[in-house]
Amino acid sequence: MSEKQITGSEALMQALINEGVDTLFGYPGGQAIPLYDKLYNYRDSLRHILVRHEQGATHAAQGYARTSGRVGVVMVTSGPGATNTITGIADAMMDSTPIVVVAGQQASPLLGTDAFQETDLIGITHPITKWAYQIRSVDEVAWAVAQAFYIASHGRPGPVVLDFPKDVQTALTEFKPHHITHIRSYVPVPEMNAKAVAEAARLINSAEKPLALVGQGVILGNAETELTTFLRKGDIPAASTFLGLSALPSDYPLNAGMIGMHGNIAPNLKTNECDVLIAIGMRFDDRVTGNLKTYAPQAKVIHFDIDAAEIDKNVKTTVAVDGDVKETLPAVTRLLREANHTAWRDSFKPLNNRETDKVIRAELFPADGPVRMGEVVNRVSDATGHDAVLVTDVGQNQMMALRYFKFSRTRSVVTSGGLGTMGFGLPAAIGAKLGAPGRTVCLFVGDGGLQMTIQELGTIMQSGVEVKIILMNNSYLGMVRQWQELFFNERYSETPMVNPDFLKIADAYNIPGKRVTNRADLDAAIAEMLTTQGAYLLEVVVEQKGLVYPMIPAGACITDMLLGNE
Amino acid sequence: MDNKTLYTITVFSENTVGLLNQITIIFTRRRLNIETLSVSPSAIEGIHKFTITVFSDSDTITKVVKQIDKRVGVIKAYCNTDEGLVHQEIAMYKVATDRLLQLGSIEDIVSRYNAHVVEMTRDLTVFSKTGHHADTQAMFKELSEKVGVLQFIRSGRVAITREKVERLSDMLAVMEEKIRRDRMQYG
Repeated sequence: MSEKQITGSEALMQALINEGVDTLFGYPGGQAIPLYDKLYNYRDSLRHILVRHEQGATHAAQGYARTSGRVGVVMVTSGPGATNTITGIADAMMDSTPIVVVAGQQASPLLGTDAFQETDLIGITHPITKWAYQIRSVDEVAWAVAQAFYIASHGRPGPVVLDFPKDVQTALTEFKPHHITHIRSYVPVPEMNAKAVAEAARLINSAEKPLALVGQGVILGNAETELTTFLRKGDIPAASTFLGLSALPSDYPLNAGMIGMHGNIAPNLKTNECDVLIAIGMRFDDRVTGNLKTYAPQAKVIHFDIDAAEIDKNVKTTVAVDGDVKETLPAVTRLLREANHTAWRDSFKPLNNRETDKVIRAELFPADGPVRMGEVVNRVSDATGHDAVLVTDVGQNQMMALRYFKFSRTRSVVTSGGLGTMGFGLPAAIGAKLGAPGRTVCLFVGDGGLQMTIQELGTIMQSGVEVKIILMNNSYLGMVRQWQELFFNERYSETPMVNPDFLKIADAYNIPGKRVTNRADLDAAIAEMLTTQGAYLLEVVVEQKGLVYPMIPAGACITDMLLGNE
Repeated sequence: MDNKTLYTITVFSENTVGLLNQITIIFTRRRLNIETLSVSPSAIEGIHKFTITVFSDSDTITKVVKQIDKRVGVIKAYCNTDEGLVHQEIAMYKVATDRLLQLGSIEDIVSRYNAHVVEMTRDLTVFSKTGHHADTQAMFKELSEKVGVLQFIRSGRVAITREKVERLSDMLAVMEEKIRRDRMQYG
């Protein structure tokens, strides 16, 4: 009965295939050569995207996971290869993104001796992973990979690290695929509590001014339909966090926009006016709540979450509905009365009009002056029929993109929410496109963030991934500059940027592009970008000192919004 | 300690490499000092038990326990204040035998503190004593003043809840039942 013996490296390939993996992002190196040697035999079934820096591999895996709903996979070498993945792993932890990072490691006998390219990856990544494990014997490979994928993708998703010593990569084993249905010491989905469900329904039924806050939990739980059924029956306006965006179509009648520091006026103000606040798969980030002491003090709070540690972490709940929103939302919906909150919903309108008058019209439809970031986003969004995947970098470009890009279907937003990682955008867009090959992927990025991972243009060149890059160049680190203008007496410490010729750089990578400085040329350039086959760099020279409004200063009460020009 | 209470956190876990690190960094990140820590196999084979004491407030400690409980590898974590626990520490004291004998009666100190003589040679005597922190400290103080203590060591706290059953057994029963159902479902 003895099966053929294969190496640990080959066992990894088979275990990955067993998990349904067909794409991985990585970079070879000394302690990963046996892995890459076996990958060479499996290159028909495992497509490897060679990045230009390991950080890019992790962000690409994140982008892939976010658009596809599958686990993103990264393969790197030990030491610097492994430490270069840290930012992406931390980002995936903050934003609940399922990725598995497999890193080569020095041979077991050398561990702890400061051997060449040895680093304690497990020790380093414990605080920023759901699970970090060193494969200690070749017979463990199948189990460890199965466990890694199970943990990354079950319950609240997150990153997993597998540290793979070189001697284990080359040792021989009889591979048997492993399948995991449970882990004794991990409860991915807490049991739904019927009492909590009934109490939540009772509160919502008694509400006159209910407001729902939609987080990424809805998307991760594939509960978009369950959400709209819930909202419709309860007639509940709903606003999204960054990562919750696109769970509801932008034009959905009950969609009340975006909450948070640069969110919409209405849902932010209404948070402090509603009688029942219903948080669904979101975690009350400080960028959403502002000062917790003044956050929704009048409201009864219902919190739906799969992660029990999120309950009462920041905002104290009246009712916690533990569990998977795919199950808990319908359970509550069944107990709801058909409600009608017309007056409450109508009360959002004047606030929306106020935001249009004070902020939006001038940002999206300026008559003259330099091109503004908001109008670039708006025109690209319109030109793609509100059907594209939006990827953003971090900073003003991100806020403008998340404020003004419109969505018609779910899994359309890839952004670094929790960690706020500049440099995230370009590699994430590569992964996003590979995760959603049939969709147009638009990356909005600033001149600062683009230069943090600009080497990934090489990945685009080599893999031919079709990413539409919209560079909004203001020659500043714009968001920091905004804070300096508003809160630091216009002392622009180290925020002006002297930039290279981005088109020449793109050209060197065989990526066509265009620079636009006049608004009159913008639509034609966008059309050219979208009709050009393959990747494209559209550089739009935007207003140097543009400001993102509205803005709730950090730590302020969410009703204390700055609108500018007042 | 600015109105902070001493909490005892009990953690049942798999016996996996690196779990201690995963648990202690949860305290580090929240700037909590661990007062005592004791790790050993539990009554159930393959499951380890951590007993950790820390000064904190109820809100913080509740969040910390949830964060510990959430880690893969941790089976159950919970916390108690002293009222809910029977707890002990063990201390050992090394003194010079000749100075000790000058005291006259060793039996007096042994019986007053309910201590034991673990080893006695011509040169050195080692006592052990179990009890609450205050008790082991009192014996240390007396020995220090009267004889001088050459070496002193105190263990971390070990504790048992005053509840009738160890909560872990219920947990495990529920878990086994779930696993059984899964097996039936997936074959």
